[in-house]
Amino acid sequence: MTSAVLEAQALSKNFGGVAAVKGMSLTVKAGEILGLIGPNGAGKTTMFDLLAGSVQPTSGSIRLMGQPVTHQPAHRRLAGGMGRTFQIPRPFPALSLLENMMIARQHQTGERLWANFLLPGRVLGEERQARDKALALLDLVALRRLANEPARVLSGGQRKLLELARVLMADPKVILLDEPAAGVNPALLEVLIAQIQEINATGVTFLLIEHNLDMVSRLCNRIIVMAQGALLFEGRPDEVSREPRVVEAYLGGSAA
Amino acid sequence: MMIDILGYGAFFLSTALIFALITLGLNLQWGLTGLFNVGIAGFVAIGAYASAILTTPDAADRIGGFGWPIALGWVGAATIAAAAAAFTGYATLRLKADYLAITTFGVAVVVQLVALNAQGLTGGPFGVAFIPRPFAAVQDQPVLFNFANLAVVAGVTLAVFLALERLSNSPWGRVLRALREDERAALALGKSARSYRIQAFAVGGAVMGLAGAVQAHFIGFIAPDNYLPTLTFQVWSMLMVGGSGSNRGAVFGAIVVWAIWVGSGSLTAAIVPGDLQARAASLQIVAIGTMLCMILLWRPQGFFGPRPRRP
Repeated sequence: MTSAVLEAQALSKNFGGVAAVKGMSLTVKAGEILGLIGPNGAGKTTMFDLLAGSVQPTSGSIRLMGQPVTHQPAHRRLAGGMGRTFQIPRPFPALSLLENMMIARQHQTGERLWANFLLPGRVLGEERQARDKALALLDLVALRRLANEPARVLSGGQRKLLELARVLMADPKVILLDEPAAGVNPALLEVLIAQIQEINATGVTFLLIEHNLDMVSRLCNRIIVMAQGALLFEGRPDEVSREPRVVEAYLGGSAA
Repeated sequence: MMIDILGYGAFFLSTALIFALITLGLNLQWGLTGLFNVGIAGFVAIGAYASAILTTPDAADRIGGFGWPIALGWVGAATIAAAAAAFTGYATLRLKADYLAITTFGVAVVVQLVALNAQGLTGGPFGVAFIPRPFAAVQDQPVLFNFANLAVVAGVTLAVFLALERLSNSPWGRVLRALREDERAALALGKSARSYRIQAFAVGGAVMGLAGAVQAHFIGFIAPDNYLPTLTFQVWSMLMVGGSGSNRGAVFGAIVVWAIWVGSGSLTAAIVPGDLQARAASLQIVAIGTMLCMILLWRPQGFFGPRPRRP
């Protein structure tokens, strides 16, 4: 029995009269790579936003590392152990790669205004540690040689890698990945898959929201399929691809 | 003659450095954080009136006149301006770009109108006079007086400059720059955009208020007319010329723009016939505007600004 890192209980979200998510529950277990798939309009992105805290649920609850976080603002969740990436990466373009990385550390003394004058030694020490860690992680994603360049020089694929490395600066227990394969060329996709597996091997849990069934099947041990805002099916990749209801949901009404 | 020129030079530089202080405050808000504050004159006015009211001797027709020491008046001015700016920041949390600009502009207009009409507090259109000057004892020796003032203004500017340099390069400043670039990403990385926005407003406002107070004590008299939108325009030009995002640029831009402002003023005074003088004053704004256009064409990032984004 592995413990739950992230748990959603009966989450619902209505936008006006539209129920985007209807009583969805899921449990992300420590150490796994869980896939969340579903056809367009299934409510994946809303589910993601609910878990990340950028959208407040109409009802239901969320627990992160056993702590209730349902109504906690989005910016508190990283310190609580949950990081996220964006479907279209959002680096800070004018900041150097190194700064992009260092900013992601949580609980920095120097982020308090007065500490920069009252505790300069401590701020400096933390900065040195953050820099070492940032460089090591940039090394991991093969971006170290660009450490002092502004992030705007990166290609789309490199931005995805930077974003993954950046969120690791905060030592998250679980990372939500929003369609990591979207817009990535096949060669870089292999790099990305290898990176995710490597990071997962160090004990980081992933929840992967993805369109690309092939990538999900290769990465995940367990897949949750959503359709029309609710849970449709849950199982291993091979079970999912054989399940008639999933095929039907993807291919439309009469296919099964 | 030589002595007079020296004295004038000191006077000129003191005024320019007070503008440099205001520009440093704006650089924190705009250059670092990307907050489009067009209410600069309002925060400068709040600082000036706050210190004036705190330090002037008791006056019969006005509230205040606490007779505090000048230094305490300045601390009070920075604190009160910071509080006003923090409140403005809080009230405008959901506004960005041009909407924020319009709102802050409105704040400045309100402050100016209060200064003009709340006669019992601000002296109304007559302003506040007899604001204690730091070196009143040597007032009859203009050169010494001007240099003493310059030393104080330069000291305050240097202290603020060094403090802001440290902040800009600190993790705190890094968060402000990140917010300027992408607020949503900063939120996802655990930074509270609300809190930092209010802090940036407050610190920038404190510097602007301090500048207003220093100027009030330097001149010895303030009136609502000192805090019209022209002031805001001047300070924005200074930051554009110097280079948004650079504290050095803020100081440099303030001195250059003030030199052009004063220079074009003297020039029109010298060549324009007396009966047209009042109208010719607008030529100063034309001169600054023309220079701003030239700078933006030739060096859009200003003198010290970071290289612009590649298209």
